[in-house]
Amino acid sequence: MSTTAAAFTAADTDLDLWLDQQTGKGLLRFMTCGSVDDGKSTLIGRLLYDSQLILDDQLASLRKESRNRTVGEEGIDFSLLVDGLTAEREQGITIDVAYRFFSTDKRKFIVADTPGHEQYTRNMATGASNADLALVLVDARKGLLTQTRRHSFILSLIGVKHVVLVVNKIDLVDYNEQVFSEIAEAYKAFAEPLGFATLEAIPVSALKGDNILRPSGQTPWYRGPQLVPYLESIDVAEDRAGRPFRFPVQWVNRPNLDFRGFSGTIAAGSVSVGDELLVAASRKPARVSRIVTMDGDLDSAITGQAVTLVLDREIDVSRGDVLVRPGQTPEYSNQFQARLIWMQDEPAFPGRGYLLKLGSQLVPASITELKFRTNVNTLEKSPAKSLELNEVGTVTIATDKPIAYDSFAEGGQTGAFILIDRLSNATVGAGVIEFGLRRAQNLSYQSFDVNRQVRADLLGQEPQIVWFTGLSGSGKSSIANLIERRLTAEGRHAYILDGDNVRHGLNKDLGFTEADRVENIRRVAEVARLMADAGLVVIVSFISPFRNERRLAREIAAGVRFTEVYVDTPLEICEARDPKGLYARARRGEIKNFTGIDSPFEPPLDPDVVLHGGRFPADLLADELYERLFGQDGSYSI
Amino acid sequence: MPNALSHLKSLESESIEIFREVAASFERPVMMYSIGKDSSVLLHLARKAFYPSRIPFPLLHIDTTWKFREMIAFRDRMAREHGFELIVHTNPDGLAAKVTPFTHGSARYTDIMKTQALRQALDAGRYDAAIGGARRDEEKSRAKERIFSHRNAQHAWDPKNQRPELWRIFNTRLAPGESMRVFPLSNWTELDIWTYIYAENIEIVPLYFARPRPVVERQGTLIMIDDDRYPLEQGEVPAIETVRFRTLGCYPLTGAIRSQAADLPSIIMEMQASRTSEREGRLIDTDQAGSMEKKKQEGYF
Ligand SMILES: Nc1nc2c(ncn2[C@@H]2O[C@H](COP(=O)(O)OP(=O)(O)O)[C@@H](O)[C@H]2O)c(=O)[nH]1
Repeated sequence: MSTTAAAFTAADTDLDLWLDQQTGKGLLRFMTCGSVDDGKSTLIGRLLYDSQLILDDQLASLRKESRNRTVGEEGIDFSLLVDGLTAEREQGITIDVAYRFFSTDKRKFIVADTPGHEQYTRNMATGASNADLALVLVDARKGLLTQTRRHSFILSLIGVKHVVLVVNKIDLVDYNEQVFSEIAEAYKAFAEPLGFATLEAIPVSALKGDNILRPSGQTPWYRGPQLVPYLESIDVAEDRAGRPFRFPVQWVNRPNLDFRGFSGTIAAGSVSVGDELLVAASRKPARVSRIVTMDGDLDSAITGQAVTLVLDREIDVSRGDVLVRPGQTPEYSNQFQARLIWMQDEPAFPGRGYLLKLGSQLVPASITELKFRTNVNTLEKSPAKSLELNEVGTVTIATDKPIAYDSFAEGGQTGAFILIDRLSNATVGAGVIEFGLRRAQNLSYQSFDVNRQVRADLLGQEPQIVWFTGLSGSGKSSIANLIERRLTAEGRHAYILDGDNVRHGLNKDLGFTEADRVENIRRVAEVARLMADAGLVVIVSFISPFRNERRLAREIAAGVRFTEVYVDTPLEICEARDPKGLYARARRGEIKNFTGIDSPFEPPLDPDVVLHGGRFPADLLADELYERLFGQDGSYSI
Repeated sequence: MPNALSHLKSLESESIEIFREVAASFERPVMMYSIGKDSSVLLHLARKAFYPSRIPFPLLHIDTTWKFREMIAFRDRMAREHGFELIVHTNPDGLAAKVTPFTHGSARYTDIMKTQALRQALDAGRYDAAIGGARRDEEKSRAKERIFSHRNAQHAWDPKNQRPELWRIFNTRLAPGESMRVFPLSNWTELDIWTYIYAENIEIVPLYFARPRPVVERQGTLIMIDDDRYPLEQGEVPAIETVRFRTLGCYPLTGAIRSQAADLPSIIMEMQASRTSEREGRLIDTDQAGSMEKKKQEGYF
């Protein structure tokens, strides 16, 4: 064999090896966060440059543009490479998420780059939602800033599990170890409650290249990893692969009568031929008989793979269904608590209706309650009536029909959703589910054609629940009776649920312990809801002294209009009235746990209506309430 | 079983998911088919997305009448072999007015024969989603383009009115008359495209491979003389050179490069070694009237 031929073969093998490496390498999606001038653009430019992604024609013009600017020894201002966003800022158009690409021998990287100001929180959330890891940049001279905290909070909210704290411009603090370790320590302490799976702090100079590719001679005290090698090796797939199997059906694949498959991308876990699966909604079981791809059938498939599953029997499955494993089923209900980041100018209000998209499920939904707002800078919670653009709140959401979901913390993708405005079709909010509000996994809801709306239309009224709360003797029952009488006289259909008609029948097995009280309210709320479903105006007149119980009642009411009426009559007046002599008996110790005497009453913090029972007679209060509930006054709307 | 996909497999899955979302969410989707390497990858992915079904929407080719002849032959053969519905549209007004790159300048020619032609075809088909092969790495202004990019009833792209895309949950809702441009290759780079073509053995137009071809030089660019419509100078005879194309379009506007790379591995190696950006070969982008951003706002891909 001649030497030339041998050399040729060797080159050939190298090429094959190289191509194998190219086709076999992994992918890491990460994002960068930092404040203006922390060196974000310089760092991204440096990564592009070091991975030799800057082309000759670009390089030549870069050198020219870099004159009179801060440059490293390469003579280039790297930030010029990624100035797309700056240009946008000047033009005053939406500042956005920009995606950039580079790769090394080991991995391909997709970098999401977003501006850091508070008014771009939604952009940051968008970038974070598609990232497995985030670089949080700080300027070594400035240390942690408000922005650093805000960015980290958004990262944890949106589910980024891996964080690298990049302490940049370490050259400007003379490569001082103490500066670095103080920043790193402070950040670790701050980030502790945010629950990142990994957190690494690296001292770098983006401009000079220290600790980017190789250990820097300037930081002999630093023993941790360098940035690029770290990004090349960190394992982020673990998170999803080990989770219970979730397969949202995207498209029913039906080329002819002999083939019926379900196409989708595996959101979590893995699946093999022969596995028994369930449809999350209908609980119908079937086995996987084939995993079809154009490259041939597979024996098994993992998270992230787009496949077509064929089942061993004919069961009803359509787009929006989720295939899961028995014993590992997701939540299936129409109510949950979620954290929501608001993304449009018009604020979010409880009661507003939207479309909710989660996986391939699209359903009408509404925000039933805004529990509190979290300040993205201080992480403080405060009560709120609305959520403005870029604000984060904790809400309860009710969907028109049950959907399958997981808590975001456990399920990732299958616990994330967007809200869509029904008129403009804009994406107005992004949410992550904390937990289901009613554990209804074991029920399969049936959707009848005759529903609440149909029955209500038949009766010609809007069904609703009016929930009275207040001390014994405050005047609840008198006002409720007046309202019911007036409604009935007008030909409307109303019904009062009160202690007497419920405690003696449905709830006669319940006493007054805390657990029994909760159960008492739960049953009453469920009955009220069923009656509202039947089309009635339901008036509930219970002391219901605890906020939690009343919140529960509101949650059970779900889509039904729910008005909490607080009859605020001072204890002395109630006690003076004492229509049933109960206060006197409680004072004598004959009744235990009597509200107002030896058991607390928690006044509502935010009732829909307050009636001052001590100041006005019952008929006046009833008229006022009637106006609020049924009057033309537009101020009342849910 | 490995717990992670290779980067090409995860890009492939992502694109397939996008294709399926389009098929499931829109009433009249269409796929832009420009016959280039990106279109070849797009076609391959579409076939994978719906297999064993056929691609459930038509492919649309805007024919300016100045495409390389090999492209047209390739297009027709692909349609036959893969059994997809092919729609070919040429702007009849442009044809009647005899618009050519030589008589009207490349900018006006492109506007009439490509941008306007595309709008005509989209209007005629009442398509609510048009799938294209653009990538974010092609140009700075595309780096921030959405995967599902919303267009108003005039096909215009309003940068202020784009929807945030979180977690691969795509908002596909449209008002009447509006449409969506969808880019399943958003996260692919040029190198990804080539290595995927290699790994999947995808057929591409032979013009990508170096062969001896008749060329002339114009403004430092090598133009292949594909037929006798090209105005040669008095006495000019095209030289035969071994060249290939990095992108394909209208032959009078597409620059060839001198190269010996006659197969895929050599192309990839050459690409890694040569360090100039892809669009340099397209005369259209250096034409001053045509910044990409502006084209996009007008409805060009
Ligand atoms: N000395 C030094 N300067 C840096 C470093 N990183 C960035 N800079 C400079 O800091 C300034 C702001 O950087 P830039 O990347 O534009 O910040 P951005 O706003 O976060 O994108 C520029 O003048 C950079 O040259 C670094 O590591 N060391």
